[in-house]
Amino acid sequence: MTYKRQIDRLPIIPADAKEHNVVCHYCIVGCGYKAYTWDINRQGGTDPSENAMGEDLSQQQYAESPAWYAPSMYNIVKQNGRDVHMVVKPDHDCVVNSGLGSPRGARIAEMSYSQARNTQQQRLTDPLVWRYGQYQPTSWEDALDLVARVTARVIQEQGEDGLFVSSADHGGAGGGYEFTWGTGKLYFGAMKVKNIRIHNRPAYNSEVHASRDMGVAELNNCYEDAELADTIMCVGANPLETQTNYFLNHWVPNLRGSSIGKKEEQLPDEAHAPGRIIIVDPRRTVTTNACEMEAGSDRVLHLAINSGTDLALFNALFTHIADQGWLDQDFIEHFTAQASDSGRSGLPDDQVHGYLTDFQAAIEANRMSLEEAAEITGLEVPDIEKAARWIAEPKEDGARRRCMFAYEKGLIWGNDNYQTNGALVNLALATGNVGREGGGCVRLGGHQEGYVRPDESHVGRPSAYVDRLLIEGSGGVHHIWGCDHYKTTLNSMEFKRVYKQRTDKVKDAMNRVPYGDREAMVDAIVEAINDGGLFAVDVDIVPTRIGEACHVILPAATSGEINLTSMNGERRMRLTERYMDPPGQAMADCLIAARLANNLEQVFREAGDEATADKFQGFDWQTEEDAFMDGYHANANGGEHVTYDRLRELGTNGFQEPAVSFEDGQIVGTKRLYADGTFGTEDGKARFMQSPWRGLQAAGKQDEKDRYPFLINNGRANLVWQSAYLDVDNEFVMDRWPYPFIEMSLEDMDELGLGNGDLVEVWNDNGATQAMVYPTPTARKGEAFMLFGYPTGIQGNVTSDGVNELIIPNYKQTWGNIRKISDAPEAVRNLSFKSKEYSV
Amino acid sequence: MRRCSKLVEMGRRQFLSGSAVAAATAAGASIMPAEAKAANGQARVNYPSNRLANVEDLSENEPLNVAYPDDQAPGVLLKLGQSVPGGVGPDEDIVGFCTLCPHQGYPVSYNTEARTFNCPGHYSVFDPEQAGSQVWGQATQNLPQYILRVDEDGEIYAEGVDELIYGRLSNVL
Repeated sequence: MTYKRQIDRLPIIPADAKEHNVVCHYCIVGCGYKAYTWDINRQGGTDPSENAMGEDLSQQQYAESPAWYAPSMYNIVKQNGRDVHMVVKPDHDCVVNSGLGSPRGARIAEMSYSQARNTQQQRLTDPLVWRYGQYQPTSWEDALDLVARVTARVIQEQGEDGLFVSSADHGGAGGGYEFTWGTGKLYFGAMKVKNIRIHNRPAYNSEVHASRDMGVAELNNCYEDAELADTIMCVGANPLETQTNYFLNHWVPNLRGSSIGKKEEQLPDEAHAPGRIIIVDPRRTVTTNACEMEAGSDRVLHLAINSGTDLALFNALFTHIADQGWLDQDFIEHFTAQASDSGRSGLPDDQVHGYLTDFQAAIEANRMSLEEAAEITGLEVPDIEKAARWIAEPKEDGARRRCMFAYEKGLIWGNDNYQTNGALVNLALATGNVGREGGGCVRLGGHQEGYVRPDESHVGRPSAYVDRLLIEGSGGVHHIWGCDHYKTTLNSMEFKRVYKQRTDKVKDAMNRVPYGDREAMVDAIVEAINDGGLFAVDVDIVPTRIGEACHVILPAATSGEINLTSMNGERRMRLTERYMDPPGQAMADCLIAARLANNLEQVFREAGDEATADKFQGFDWQTEEDAFMDGYHANANGGEHVTYDRLRELGTNGFQEPAVSFEDGQIVGTKRLYADGTFGTEDGKARFMQSPWRGLQAAGKQDEKDRYPFLINNGRANLVWQSAYLDVDNEFVMDRWPYPFIEMSLEDMDELGLGNGDLVEVWNDNGATQAMVYPTPTARKGEAFMLFGYPTGIQGNVTSDGVNELIIPNYKQTWGNIRKISDAPEAVRNLSFKSKEYSV
Repeated sequence: MRRCSKLVEMGRRQFLSGSAVAAATAAGASIMPAEAKAANGQARVNYPSNRLANVEDLSENEPLNVAYPDDQAPGVLLKLGQSVPGGVGPDEDIVGFCTLCPHQGYPVSYNTEARTFNCPGHYSVFDPEQAGSQVWGQATQNLPQYILRVDEDGEIYAEGVDELIYGRLSNVL
């Protein structure tokens, strides 16, 4: 039976409730919310004077009302040790979301730790250690002492390369500038750790090296540009589900034509029309459907390319636009490299692919006809030609067409990441669409960002393929911060097999020694490490799958339980204020890093290694604000203008990074990057890229494609986007998605004898996994789409270890076979399997 | 849809004119605080038992506009032709739903072909054949469904709702 809360009324927020600034910590968009808290024995009333909204709540409220909140926006939490009521509801004054709540953010309250209402009881409350063959709670002192002693021994015996680290590098939940500085200062400041990787990929690298190498940082425009563009080109992204309120609040008005007033006001000297959109995606998504509903199908162009052929499409568009003379010559001449300027290779040992150069060299290297591209991409020539017109053909009054280019994982985790990214930036540069209103060439992003760390150049380029090294037996100790390889890495079945073997070795050794004999314990662990074992430490807010293999688990606090700063997809930086207590002994990550540094200092000093011990000084932070001042304030570009107090004043609107000054009591930010035409290269001139098409680039992909009948495309879903780690303990979500769905065409289902909700096995040479069949009439035959990173069926099990030259994974181009393993289980029988597409 | 847009407008007008009513309520409450507290003392709201229609009024797959628990909360009764969760009547196929989208309060409309409720505000889709389950969408709850009873004369009564209705912090105002 479909989950219902059976809640028929909610406590009313009293007029004097405490109000806190909140930015949703799940996805990149960073919608503004307000948290209201008040004493448990009080409540507001329906009279306008008796409630925080100042409205008459005895009356039905109208649509989009600021005076209504859903049961998911309410909870009872601890604040300074006392139970309080809490409502976290969307902020109507935030320019990002204007009061809209996504199905993730609108559950912030319900997904908070509450003893009173039994929510998120999965949260980690104490440090846990492997003791007597199971996990047992212990004190911070004890846990950190063990971690420090084993880590120090490994460093003494193997050097810092024996310490492997997996660490999130982002903002939002489990992140923020405080987090990245805390971990960064530890591993890149006190130490120079080289064997480090990021939360969702097996190495320490950028997902958009190409764009950066060309001088174009990936978050270069502002959300308002989506309202001003003549055309939006959306590549490998599904913004209705994964940048929900950016799409709803800024793209849809343009598609509807309701942003024309804004266009005329800001750009008065040119013709305007409702926006058009080009969507490049092998799959028809709910985004495509919504665009058609709003703009009409004549202003939506869905280019359903063959998976992995984006590069051929972009090169053909580049060629055609150049041949038609639809270039922004003035921009190319003034702001991009000329033939006389230096070029360089962007990829190791390759003077052809990914070479950074001037326009002319790039167009010559990348030349591709519409016909060739049609052959490779499976598109029709007129559609590619139409896309070129929508991107670059001057408007009827001769004005340059404004096109915003937006991309995400379909490109980033797709074939030939470096060149494909570069080829898209080529288009933006050639048409003068960076740094200008209605333009931008941007990744849409996953989570918020919040990166400030000491110099990381020692990790090298390409950086170490950490997962592979772990599989090969390297490393003695592994520190994991907010990552779960078991759910979100490639080749994950093999990774899990070896990782379990290596960590079990250490568990067995620990079982043989009394826990209280620290010296004997450390000796036993080190002996097991020297025998191929691995000692693993997991820092997280919830139990993770990889955590089950670890020996020490440290409980972290999340957004709202500590103060935390991050920036969103338009570099909008805000402070989420602490509005509730962390569960149990959970602590801010930056402070965990600091206490670990303190312990390491002590251990090295005890061992008489004063020089090494001294490197761990400077971690005397007592609060997350201390870490912020030591990190962002002192190190970030423009950080000297930014403090917690100043951010608090700016509420949920914050400012757009980088800060350039502090004037009249306000931080002055930067609406768009490169507005002055100076790009992020040594000489300030943007580079074009030679990016000739070369088929499926990663090793083994073409062979896999040839041998298996189904494309196992994969990606995210609205309800669980960036929140699945908490959703596993949320009835509303688990009722809808007990298992990861796999969208399949009706014809494929028929041929394999599959019914709605049947569990199927997806398998290939890399491994096997399971998913729940979701009938999808718009799916193409032979092309399945599986929910990525879901705990009850791991898509990464069937993704090969093939990566690009810079160790970027290639999840999207996965091929496999599918067979039925079970009829729909009980948890699935109440599910709706109707079309996800809105219809009238 | 026309009915729906009117409803949004109606909501706005009532919001604008609501202050007089509120003032009267407040005055009453301040005179008799003890009684007011006693009246609110129950753990759940008291739902009225309202006759919405007779089974004879319904044709398969044709939604009948109703309102419950009061005329500011629009809804529909729907006969689906096969037994469904929460269904009443001789064939257990009659269901009722509030048609205010639990995301932002836009009125959902019924697509007879897909047999889904669809919200024009932000594209959410709900399935009346699975108790209002959100097939896809932006709401954090499934569509509020009526608890229905059919008497021996075929009269259909609504006697409760299983989720909070959009736009009110108490299902009975």
